Amino acid sequence: MFDFYFHLHLIVRLVLQSLAVILVLFPIAAACSMAERKISAWIQGRPGPNRTIAPIGGLLTPLGLVGRIPFLGPFLQQMGIFQLAADGGKFTFKEDPVPGHVNKFYFVLAPIISMIPALTTVVVVPVGAYFAVVDGVKVLKPIVLANVDIGLLAVFAVSSLGVYSVILAGWASNSKYAFLGGVRASAQLISYELSMTLSVLPVFLWINKPGGQGTLSLFDAVQFQSGVFHGFSLASLHGLWGVCYMPVSAFIFLVALFAETNRAPFDMPESESELVAGFHTEYGAFKWSLFFLAEYCHMIIGSAVCILLFFGGWNLLPWVPLATLIDWLSHFISFAGHPLFMGLVGIAIFLGKVFFFIFFFMWVRWTLPRFRYDQVMDLGWKKLLPLSIANLLFYTLGIALLQK
Amino acid sequence: MVSANTELAYNTKIEGDIVVTKADAVINWLRSSSVWPMPMGLACCAIELMGVAASRFDIARFGAEVFRFSPRQADCMIVAGTVTYKMAPHVRRIYDQMAEPKWVIAMGACASSGGMYRSYATLQGVDQIVPVDVYISGCPPRPEALLDALIKLQSKIGRERSAKTLLASA
Repeated sequence: MFDFYFHLHLIVRLVLQSLAVILVLFPIAAACSMAERKISAWIQGRPGPNRTIAPIGGLLTPLGLVGRIPFLGPFLQQMGIFQLAADGGKFTFKEDPVPGHVNKFYFVLAPIISMIPALTTVVVVPVGAYFAVVDGVKVLKPIVLANVDIGLLAVFAVSSLGVYSVILAGWASNSKYAFLGGVRASAQLISYELSMTLSVLPVFLWINKPGGQGTLSLFDAVQFQSGVFHGFSLASLHGLWGVCYMPVSAFIFLVALFAETNRAPFDMPESESELVAGFHTEYGAFKWSLFFLAEYCHMIIGSAVCILLFFGGWNLLPWVPLATLIDWLSHFISFAGHPLFMGLVGIAIFLGKVFFFIFFFMWVRWTLPRFRYDQVMDLGWKKLLPLSIANLLFYTLGIALLQK
Repeated sequence: MVSANTELAYNTKIEGDIVVTKADAVINWLRSSSVWPMPMGLACCAIELMGVAASRFDIARFGAEVFRFSPRQADCMIVAGTVTYKMAPHVRRIYDQMAEPKWVIAMGACASSGGMYRSYATLQGVDQIVPVDVYISGCPPRPEALLDALIKLQSKIGRERSAKTLLASA
């Protein structure tokens, strides 16, 4: 079976791989909307959506039958899975409003553009690793669509294009609320992009220290955190996760990530309390849901990058990298050394961390009050930016001194 | 032919949630399970409207806690409170901005009939400007009453001939 796959044309394989990634990313992003509602309900002490159940009949029969399975059906009902289906299905049967006062071309273009960067950045994000035998030597290889050396740069370059969709949506809507939302989005994203970029520089300064590898690849960033414990020495530092020796960087990155993904407490582009619904005020039905899918995709990619840089990627624990875990597992399971098994374990650990981060995003959203606009700008320019510059200087000097 | 059973179609009381395979049934289930309200809070009823979304009553159980403040994204306008003549054009305008299919709940005595405000400044019932689907009595109504109205609206949506009007409304 594997032979057949590897004999396929390269382009066919790449298309299949991309489809696989999108088929995983999309349902997760969709399920995030229900997770958001259930988590908000849980935090506020409510049951949340738990009544909806699909009827038996018509296209919904499979769903309805699943709902009638004892224990599993009621559990899914409690989790709001059928509610998710109803919400998604409703959009397809709802009028897709295109108001008369909008610029129709850009109005339709904006939700499409919002999806493109969200789905493009996933290309350079590795999700796991496996041992491949190359010329008789075991080499750890990343599970990634494109293992390019500019990894992080590509993520930053493409994901920041996401703001164009927000500006375009605000501008094309020809409505003052949407316009204000778009303007706020552009100001906010540019402000926090600076501190975000400055906060990851120390990581790559350290990886690319004189005599180091010379790379911006996210896979190498994880490899840098995949060492084992060598006693209390500088070498042991490689086994620790980035957040342990660069906590300030990780903190700034995380805060900037909240702002970049337009999540509360930085939901300035949307600001439901003052701008109706911000940049997507004039959008309804399917186009509006595309914006939301894109936001959740950005959240997933953003947390993935954060995990790769600061939280050890697919390594289970500090000083317990994936290779060590597989070695240990192979004492109990015969096929643990198989690349497929190793890859799946890596992906599972990685996805587990991503799910925790998504939960963290929602936890923060339903816990913290949102900032006022001037406070957002204050935090971005007067606090985070100086802090990230000081952080960069500190690690630059520290790395320089360690090299002596 | 004389028969004790006057029902021509299926009877929900006998057959439960099983529906006959029809596009109507599928579309109506989708629509009735996900009624996103547009809160038109105009007076004290709006406080009860907030209460119905809070943890004691929790309208989220019916999948209707997604209060969308943009009319383009909402399905059901809940007119909660006194509609003055000054506000009436805006209520109508927001109703017009909502995407089809759309429904209206008139919450409380004021929205239903003008209530105690028999005055030159108050619209005597929001049904003079928008088509109302469900009226709720009370001044203000309890949150349970609003939940009841939502359930009534859901069953009303369930009886609609949506497949026929699907393309007509677009």
